[in-house]
Amino acid sequence: MARILMKGNEALGEAAIKAGAKFYFGYPITPQNEVSAYMAERLPEVGGVFLQAESEVSAINMVYGAGGAGARVLITSSSPGISLMQEGISYIAGAEIPAVIVNVMRGGPGLGGIQPGQADYFQATRGGGHGDYFMVVLAPESIQEMVDIMQEAFDIADQYRNPVMILADGMMGQMMEAVDLDNVEKSDRNLPPKTWATTGMAHHQGKNIINSLELDPAKLEKHNLDLKKKYDEMAKNEVKYEMYKCDDADIIAVAYGTTARIVKNTIDMASREGIKMGLIRPISLWPFPQEPFDRTADRAKAYISVEMSMGQMVEDVRLAVNGRKPVHFYGRTGGMIPEPKDILAEIKNILGGVK
Amino acid sequence: MAKVIYEKPKGITDAITHYCPGCTHGIIHGLVAESLEELGVLGESIGVAPVGCAVLAYNYFNCDMQEAAHGRAPAVATGIKRVLPDRTVFTYQGDGDLAAIGTAEIVHAAARGENITVIFVNNAIYGMTGGQMAPTTLLGQVTTTTPYGRKPEANGFPIRICEMLSTLEGAAYVARVSVHDINNIRKAKKAIKEAFQTQIDRKGFSIVEVLSTCPTNWGLTPAEAIKWLKNNMIPHYPLATFKSPWGVK
Repeated sequence: MARILMKGNEALGEAAIKAGAKFYFGYPITPQNEVSAYMAERLPEVGGVFLQAESEVSAINMVYGAGGAGARVLITSSSPGISLMQEGISYIAGAEIPAVIVNVMRGGPGLGGIQPGQADYFQATRGGGHGDYFMVVLAPESIQEMVDIMQEAFDIADQYRNPVMILADGMMGQMMEAVDLDNVEKSDRNLPPKTWATTGMAHHQGKNIINSLELDPAKLEKHNLDLKKKYDEMAKNEVKYEMYKCDDADIIAVAYGTTARIVKNTIDMASREGIKMGLIRPISLWPFPQEPFDRTADRAKAYISVEMSMGQMVEDVRLAVNGRKPVHFYGRTGGMIPEPKDILAEIKNILGGVK
Repeated sequence: MAKVIYEKPKGITDAITHYCPGCTHGIIHGLVAESLEELGVLGESIGVAPVGCAVLAYNYFNCDMQEAAHGRAPAVATGIKRVLPDRTVFTYQGDGDLAAIGTAEIVHAAARGENITVIFVNNAIYGMTGGQMAPTTLLGQVTTTTPYGRKPEANGFPIRICEMLSTLEGAAYVARVSVHDINNIRKAKKAIKEAFQTQIDRKGFSIVEVLSTCPTNWGLTPAEAIKWLKNNMIPHYPLATFKSPWGVK
């Protein structure tokens, strides 16, 4: 099949089906409702199940059950709904159940708005719920990349028995782009069989229990140490990023998702004015890429984190730069989208200041 | 030569339970295990344990188990059942778990006619956390959070779950039983078996509410607790089969 024009929310649903997810649980919330509508129509055609739950709280616990029974499961929501799911996500991480969660972010806090936002970065990259846990967080910048990343996300989830979050935003969900759904690269990961799944004792050796409770502190600490080992493996193996025009850049912007594309436009504008600007685009927000900063810190004069938030990823940028160069921030929030001319104005200010 | 007249059900593991002396959870575990075994579905069963006194039930039932967050067992069971529709999936929940924090999950699992079985153990109190008022606590009943007795003007009224769920078309089997004497234990066993049969026959949602004792948090001896259940709980929570695919007498 050739490339087809598709809305982000629908493309991600189809990509999940192509990745083998036949189960989807959700609850209506803007701006991700097209995923549910798409899955409600498509999943019965492929012998899967779409279920509209009574709440996000319930939906994520259905994911816990279905993932624990060995299925590939997708769940999507938007910021306030993802907050409601945090209890379940913590249990899913604790019980080591694979699942893919998509957050089509909108403006917050509270009920916030329904326009695009990136203010759930802290929540996504620091676990989000209670307890010590991490999940791989992937942030695509285009609908094609979201489609490609979906296959990867399910593979990562199965490989590590861990939830994976795709962090998109209202812009990614709502816009239409040409996508190729048929030539998604299959991974060469060696995925372990799900011998731990609760499918009934007649269907496997011994008794399987899906659980995150351990009342003995020594055993619970051991569980946390085992999880830490897994997170260290994830941190080592699952880093993904793009470096764009960084080689001779005086100033390097750091941006992800929709904002990264806006920054790419800004770089073209800057270059017409003789300003050498580059972009580090983390694709994995957790693990956050360190390497591109080590490769650029000598030459670049400054960094600027550009986000649709009041300044969240900038903290990781500061940690990665580690005092070697100044780190600045430019952000719009509440559903306001940063404009290239405003980003460029900020960059001129900074370059004026660090001469 | 001695003759074996009763054996531990195959559906129960050798683990030593943590339940208090005189608590009736053990009896109810036994009835569930016997039912699964007699129906020939033990190896096809996946149970979902709650948060509360039965939180460790995953160690006691000899079948695959998942441990759910507080109140979420019907949602977890839904996820399992939708993936494995030919397996027998059940939840085992207390009254705090099911009738307070988990009301949305239980009501909507029943409304959807989710083909799962719910064993609902009602002892009118939060046991695990040390005896707080439950939604099922009787008027006048003293708990750590109703030290002067449950008063309707401050604490509202006890919820009758079976009567409430019976109004939903998706609920195919709804029964309330008790385990305060041998006769009632036999009736409870029959109801639990019918509930699982409802699921096996794909008739829809089934729930058995089992009135149970909590001597520790009621501040009574096991014998007194049995009497208290009979004299105080049954008048408010009448024993009955509210709905059944085989008809209600």
